[in-house]
Amino acid sequence: MSFAIFFILAIIAVGAAVMVITTKSPVSSALYLILVMCSLAGLFVLLGALFLAALQIIVYAGAIMVLFLFVIMLLNLRRDEYGHDSHIIQKYLGFVLVAVILVQGIVIIGWAMKDYSAASSLVSTEGTPGAGPAVDYNSAYWVARTLFTKYAYPFEVTSILLLAAMIGAVVIARKKRLPDIENEEG
Amino acid sequence: MLIEVVIILLKVGVIFVALLTTIAYTTYLERKVVAHIQHRIGPNIVGPFGLLQPVADAVKLLFKEEIKPAKADQFFYTIAPMLSFITACMTIAVIPVGNWLEIGGKRIELLISDINIGILYIFAMSSLGVYGIVLAGWSSNSKYSLLGGIRSTAQMISYEVSLGLGIIGVLLLSQTLSVAEIVRQQSGSIFNWYFFKQPIAFFVYFISAIAETNRSPFDLPEAESELVAGYHTEYSGMRFGIFYLSEYANMITVSAIAASLFFGGWNGPILPPVLWFVIKVVIFLFIYVWIRGTLPRFRYDQLMRFGWKVMFPLGLANLIITALILVMKS
Amino acid sequence: MFGTFFPIFILFIFVVAVALIMIYLPELLAPKAKTRRKFLPYESGIIPETDARGKLPVKFYMIAILFIVFDLEIVFLYPWALILKELRWFAFIEMLIFIGILLLGYLYIIRKGALKWE
Repeated sequence: MSFAIFFILAIIAVGAAVMVITTKSPVSSALYLILVMCSLAGLFVLLGALFLAALQIIVYAGAIMVLFLFVIMLLNLRRDEYGHDSHIIQKYLGFVLVAVILVQGIVIIGWAMKDYSAASSLVSTEGTPGAGPAVDYNSAYWVARTLFTKYAYPFEVTSILLLAAMIGAVVIARKKRLPDIENEEG
Repeated sequence: MLIEVVIILLKVGVIFVALLTTIAYTTYLERKVVAHIQHRIGPNIVGPFGLLQPVADAVKLLFKEEIKPAKADQFFYTIAPMLSFITACMTIAVIPVGNWLEIGGKRIELLISDINIGILYIFAMSSLGVYGIVLAGWSSNSKYSLLGGIRSTAQMISYEVSLGLGIIGVLLLSQTLSVAEIVRQQSGSIFNWYFFKQPIAFFVYFISAIAETNRSPFDLPEAESELVAGYHTEYSGMRFGIFYLSEYANMITVSAIAASLFFGGWNGPILPPVLWFVIKVVIFLFIYVWIRGTLPRFRYDQLMRFGWKVMFPLGLANLIITALILVMKS
Repeated sequence: MFGTFFPIFILFIFVVAVALIMIYLPELLAPKAKTRRKFLPYESGIIPETDARGKLPVKFYMIAILFIVFDLEIVFLYPWALILKELRWFAFIEMLIFIGILLLGYLYIIRKGALKWE
């Protein structure tokens, strides 16, 4: 049952991801990306990580994609303004990078699988034989516990990152002080 | 197994139909109450006291010609009202409408699903609700729609932050993300209601909720004098109707959340729990309509300034002070 | 999993079905009288000349950035609210530093006039 759901969600996620890069209209791309995020959230639910699933939707599908859509609409990007494929080198470089990431992924997963106990604590304790009384490592409580004790320092550093994002946005959006005809008239 | 599936189907069906009926009659409530505020009578022709007006409206909308603007992006134009409606209705899933029923020795909880991250689920749904509006505005290919859609989105995301801050005020006390559990914690005395422990959080939540649902006095996206009808300018017939219904569905869910988190949900003496829940929700809906009937509309710059410079700092300050008191007490 | 997400899925199916009916039923019932002018976007009676999707003020971008940052803050506040009573001062001061740093950015944006609408 859960295997079937996994496959349906995985197919939706991968299919939508392919559509993100192949579809011509930027708004459709953004929407397919939202679909990817939502199906990933579904996969988290399947793993029992409800908290992460909710965060996936709130942060990625709800907040970051709104920014994407805003930027697309603010700049009025459309199909014809893309320009034609002049980035031939980038295109092939893209394939090389994807290959590198793929190898990396396989290595990391293989490495994780070797240490099965580490892997099983990451996934759910459900289904691992002899795991004892189930401690729900995926619950909001356990996420909170590890986040605010073990990962307290990275948590604080995140705030610096967010601060940089805010200041960067102000700098990018700043008006250039050029003589403006309308202002002179007004 | 089979009987459980049937119970779930029935439960979901009943709650959903109840929601749809409430939506329909909230439109009636609004028209009637606003009419009386303005010394009019309101709908009184269709049925006794005009009670069949929502039915007449629905039938009329179904038979209205749909005008789709020629240059609109057809797919997004169609999907936008659906998205709005779906996200508005899905929130009801985690709100307990009553305690529980016992039929034939089976205990049936009167909520669709008690997920242990219920509040985050509500938040996730409300954050997805933005897309219906932004897509409607963008896909119509009309200047009024686009501006209305973008304005509305900016407004919704601004107030979503304060909305969250208000809810976290309750979370600090309840220590759980399950809505059903939060309601249970408020049982017993009326002074167990979180409203009395977190009045500022409630204030922040309720005002943000009005803005989040694009209701008056924050109904800037629908300011007729400047934007015609905002993001749904180009919508007609039932598609317009769906936006209309979503607005009311949002109002109802937001009222239900307010009743559950701050006013004890279905808790109350003598009367059956379901009735208490309905009474509380209807009171909130009435306040919504009352506000709409009496307050003038904000200007857009006032709205944004109010959201970011008043509601947000207020919510944050309330949160930090509450946390400080909690830490000192324990 | 069955008990918690199956009902939500059922609700989702119901809601989608109702939405689809409401969208497509008028296609069968409603009259269709196609006149060209009716399908032009509304612009107070004037026939629109330019495309509606022009460039928009950058302020909306600033609002979206502010939203993302503080939405993330709220996402951190949810687990923090659950753990506060247990970790007490440690968690409290931790969050105070976090919020303090974000408020610096908030004040900076406000001072730069991001929320000023002329």
